[in-house]
Amino acid sequence: MSSTQEIQSGLAEILEEVAGVTPADATPEKSFTEDLDVDSLSMVEIATAVEDKFGVAIPDDELGNIKTVGDAISYIEKNQG
Amino acid sequence: MSTSDVVVTGLGATTPLGGDVPSTWDALLAGRSGVSRITDDWIKEYPAQLVARLSTDPAEQLDRVRARRLDRSQQVAVVAAEEAWRDSGAGDAGVDPLRIAVVIGTGIGGALTLLGQDDVLEEKGPKRVSPFTIPMLMPNGPAAAVGLSIGAKGGVHAPVSACASGAEAIRWGLDLLRFDRADVVLVGGTEACVHPLPMAGFAAMRAMSTRNDEPERASRPFDKARDGFVLGEGAAALVLEREDSAKARGARIHARLAGAAGTADGYDLVAPHPEGEGAARAITAALRDAGLSPADVGHVNAHATSTPVGDTAEAAAIRSAIGDHVLVSATKSQTGHLLGAAGALESVFAILALREQVVPATANLENPDDDANVQALDIVRGEPRRASLTAAVNDSFGFGGHNIALVFTTA
Repeated sequence: MSSTQEIQSGLAEILEEVAGVTPADATPEKSFTEDLDVDSLSMVEIATAVEDKFGVAIPDDELGNIKTVGDAISYIEKNQG
Repeated sequence: MSTSDVVVTGLGATTPLGGDVPSTWDALLAGRSGVSRITDDWIKEYPAQLVARLSTDPAEQLDRVRARRLDRSQQVAVVAAEEAWRDSGAGDAGVDPLRIAVVIGTGIGGALTLLGQDDVLEEKGPKRVSPFTIPMLMPNGPAAAVGLSIGAKGGVHAPVSACASGAEAIRWGLDLLRFDRADVVLVGGTEACVHPLPMAGFAAMRAMSTRNDEPERASRPFDKARDGFVLGEGAAALVLEREDSAKARGARIHARLAGAAGTADGYDLVAPHPEGEGAARAITAALRDAGLSPADVGHVNAHATSTPVGDTAEAAAIRSAIGDHVLVSATKSQTGHLLGAAGALESVFAILALREQVVPATANLENPDDDANVQALDIVRGEPRRASLTAAVNDSFGFGGHNIALVFTTA
């Protein structure tokens, strides 16, 4: 089980690698599309990387509901372990 | 039809000889070779082990995240296009994006992505295949990536005609300007497919040089001992505009694109017509299009890939369509064969030859082929030759029987 803090920093690493997001910008209130310029294809890459890192698969219908970094953190938190 | 001439206002390239146009041209005139022997383990079983790799990794010339989403053929296209765009100054001239078009050809497309993602599929399954697979492998991808880079909204096109693709893109750009479909057109060609599968395919055709112990001497167009081409990678781009609007914005003009033509051999899927009949028709039609006679042409940058059959067919075409007076260069002797980028890169060389009034030498031409046409031609070798040039022709041919001839004249 990863802590909220661990999930946030792990997610920030993924966002930096996949989409060039500066880690300090990957805060919970940020919208992937509006604030971080992450497009839909990059979201698919991020979902794959999340599965590798946290063992949490995000089905396509759930991926559409994840709008912000905070949404992703909560989803991973709820579904891990 | 617009009656204004079409001019070249920007040049860009990234090649086995250099990461941009000036370094590539300097290396060409200095006689340097871009060819080396592959040392990876996979090459051991291959009869042909040579390659002309890029001198500069495009991933180092682009932002990391941007490079990650582009196939190598797209990366080099963007690098070359951005150099040409900067060189032209068109980006700062306030050209309406709706009047900017792009034509970038490729012979093979995103082969490295296609093959790399097939490995992912085999090893890890379909869910692990990258969501960028399709945009990275599609053959219009390089044109699309360049269009985004320069903000072109007037049309983005991608001719695919094997090793004539880059030249075909230039011809297409000329038509767009003559028909007033755009005011500025960025044209060019790109290729990056150094990978075991294409290498095996070309080797199976017996098309590649097996002079593995002498990489720099392997690509030897028109030489008696030539035994095939050397696969190269890279891209080149040109910015084309109508002369009246280019002059109105004060653009520097490298040369004119005076004419172009394309024909099909109608002979064989891959073998050129042995007398170069279709190639000669293309050259003759391009000269007619330019309003020039064969006597006006001082220089030909030949397609000459160093294959036994192709070079003699082209020599026949040059002789019959132009004559023996012309100074011929086969620059693939140093760059290797950039497939879909070849016609664009060699057009850059033809333009620089006109601008600088110097004809590059053909490396490794020690004993010209016994063929009567090769013997009769004045193929420049040894050192580059100073010459008074007003018009130059670039020939490009592709598997499929595609022939493109382009005619450039001095500014």
